[in-house]
Amino acid sequence: MKARVTVMLRDGVLDPQGEAVRHALGALGFAGVEGVRQGKLIEIDLAATDPATAEAEVRAMCEKLLANTVIERFTVEIL
Amino acid sequence: MKAAVVTFPGSNCDRDLAVAFAAAGFDVTRVWHKESGLPAGLDVVGLPGGFSFGDHLRCGAIAARAPIMAAVAGFARSGGHVLGICNGFQVLCEAGLLPGALMRNAGLRFVCRPERLVVATADSPFTHPWAAGTQVDIPVAHHDGNYRADADTLARLRDEDRIAFRYAGNPNGSADDIAGVLSENRRVLGMMPHPERAADARLGGTDGAVVFRALAAALATV
Repeated sequence: MKARVTVMLRDGVLDPQGEAVRHALGALGFAGVEGVRQGKLIEIDLAATDPATAEAEVRAMCEKLLANTVIERFTVEIL
Repeated sequence: MKAAVVTFPGSNCDRDLAVAFAAAGFDVTRVWHKESGLPAGLDVVGLPGGFSFGDHLRCGAIAARAPIMAAVAGFARSGGHVLGICNGFQVLCEAGLLPGALMRNAGLRFVCRPERLVVATADSPFTHPWAAGTQVDIPVAHHDGNYRADADTLARLRDEDRIAFRYAGNPNGSADDIAGVLSENRRVLGMMPHPERAADARLGGTDGAVVFRALAAALATV
């Protein structure tokens, strides 16, 4: 079973890297880019076969390590 | 007085930190991150600067979960003193021993230069020789020193006088110009600037040495 974790900065936390990408896109002539947020995508291979168990496990991983919930939020997809 | 300096894979200021502690009169033991216990009779743990675990995932995130950190957390909870510098500050935040987080510098550049700081409180074992408002010169060298915490946490840090140092000219976008913060019991200090790099007159000034001498003096009177 695979899990896909997306970690993004919380809304309201300024994302300097996203801002730099937004400026670069503007410089390349892409008009109308109103905002860019850059995050992380983490794919995990799991031994678990039950989706509910897998999701609970991955959520615990996010809380303990994969995301810093002071500044980041995460979503978990079980594939 | 006994100090321990922890080394993680990728630490690169651990020896300098040990030298600064020793110059202030500490017996220093070097501790590898895989050890599960700290030396007995310890007065202070130092978490050094560097790029622990290659800054993978987030700066300090993996080091904060290293075996030695359970012992460091226990030591801090039982009233022990801890000094985390640069990557060590990031590790303390990631370990939950200090509030907030250190994000990528607002200017996206690695900043490595002498920095003027304002001592924000004299009420700590690390800063008591100075008067609040004193300006000191201590270098910074980091890519992720942009201190963030939610508004309630920032208000609490201010109300409880737990901001140890502020930047005179903010180099990284830190909230409220914060360069270093104290724990609730004031015995854990995390700071991005490197006092161990300003602890010898031959090497860039001596303002940083005050931090180590202050701690030695405070521990001598405990």
